[in-house]
Amino acid sequence: MNDSENVQRRDFVKIVLAFLGTIMGAVIAIPAIGYLLSPATKVQSKEAWIPAGPMENYPIGTPTLFSYTRSTINGWEKTTNSYGAYIVRTTEADVKAFSNMCTHLSCRVNWKNELAEYICPCHDGHFDVEGKVTAGPPPAPLYPYETKVEEGVLYIHHMEG
Amino acid sequence: MAEKVLTWIDERLGLTGIYNIVFDRKVPKVNWLFTLGSATLFLFLIQTITGIFLTVYYVPSPDHAYDSIQYIMNGVAFGWLIRGIHHWGASLMVLFVFIHMLRTFYMGAYKFPREMTWLTGVVLLLATIGMGFTGYLLPWNQRAYWATTVGTEIAGTAPLIGGIIERILRGGSDLSAVTLARFFSVHIWFFPATIALLIGIHLYLVIRMGISSVPKDGD
Repeated sequence: MNDSENVQRRDFVKIVLAFLGTIMGAVIAIPAIGYLLSPATKVQSKEAWIPAGPMENYPIGTPTLFSYTRSTINGWEKTTNSYGAYIVRTTEADVKAFSNMCTHLSCRVNWKNELAEYICPCHDGHFDVEGKVTAGPPPAPLYPYETKVEEGVLYIHHMEG
Repeated sequence: MAEKVLTWIDERLGLTGIYNIVFDRKVPKVNWLFTLGSATLFLFLIQTITGIFLTVYYVPSPDHAYDSIQYIMNGVAFGWLIRGIHHWGASLMVLFVFIHMLRTFYMGAYKFPREMTWLTGVVLLLATIGMGFTGYLLPWNQRAYWATTVGTEIAGTAPLIGGIIERILRGGSDLSAVTLARFFSVHIWFFPATIALLIGIHLYLVIRMGISSVPKDGD
């Protein structure tokens, strides 16, 4: 009887126990690991096309400030940041947009019509209408947004970082 | 090879001896009612593990307690499962502790030489109810808030020392962020540590004295 190739009672019990044990272990381990790791699997989009209203809202030649907010949700906490973009229509069809964040230390720049320049109030950085540095400490030109116009509505491309 | 390793470890740790004393001890012929203590122990282990997991996301602050639980329920994979087990396990544990006590009482198992086992069991019952009371506030929803308001007010009706007990429980005269923080601390440290210690003594006594048999007619 013992030398038969059939599975013996003890071996059968062992195999069934190992099989059931593996299933039970997986039923416990998978939710536990999933629970701990799941926040890491969520990636939030860092870019979006922001509608900035119809083109007619922006006078030709004069940079106009457009403000918008973006919210990020991390777990139970929601953070809202506000951003500003200067929108300039150089011609009827052509439009440019610049971030109003100074490239020096991230203060907000203001357009001064009488100087035809963006002035940073913190350290007196100057940028021309094209966003290029004309005076002061800023190390780089104002960050330009990608733009597009769809059915008369202007969109600017927001990217973080 | 595996057997050699196990023997080597066993010679040094004496695991077989522990196993024999804990699991191979002689017991009288008993029935299913005698499994209620083990069932309670198992529920305590489940509550401990699911509770540890819940602290990964739960925040004991009035600003975030409710939202962090919403996040556990809807935002985290299997969060609903872990909180659900903790929720139902809590009710079951109170229930099992209680019918375990009833069995011990009606079968006279608390008598000599097992009085100490009974006394540690009394504290374990109170600590389990304390776990239920403190855990109930943590979701910080309307039901939790008002249940704790009423519960601490009841403590406040005690003569002479009622007022000070109520203020100690609340950490001030109102139910506040302080109440939530101290209930959380008591729920995850003070009571679990007490329960773990007392379970150790309780089990040591069960093993030392053995368990009583089912009473017969005329006992």
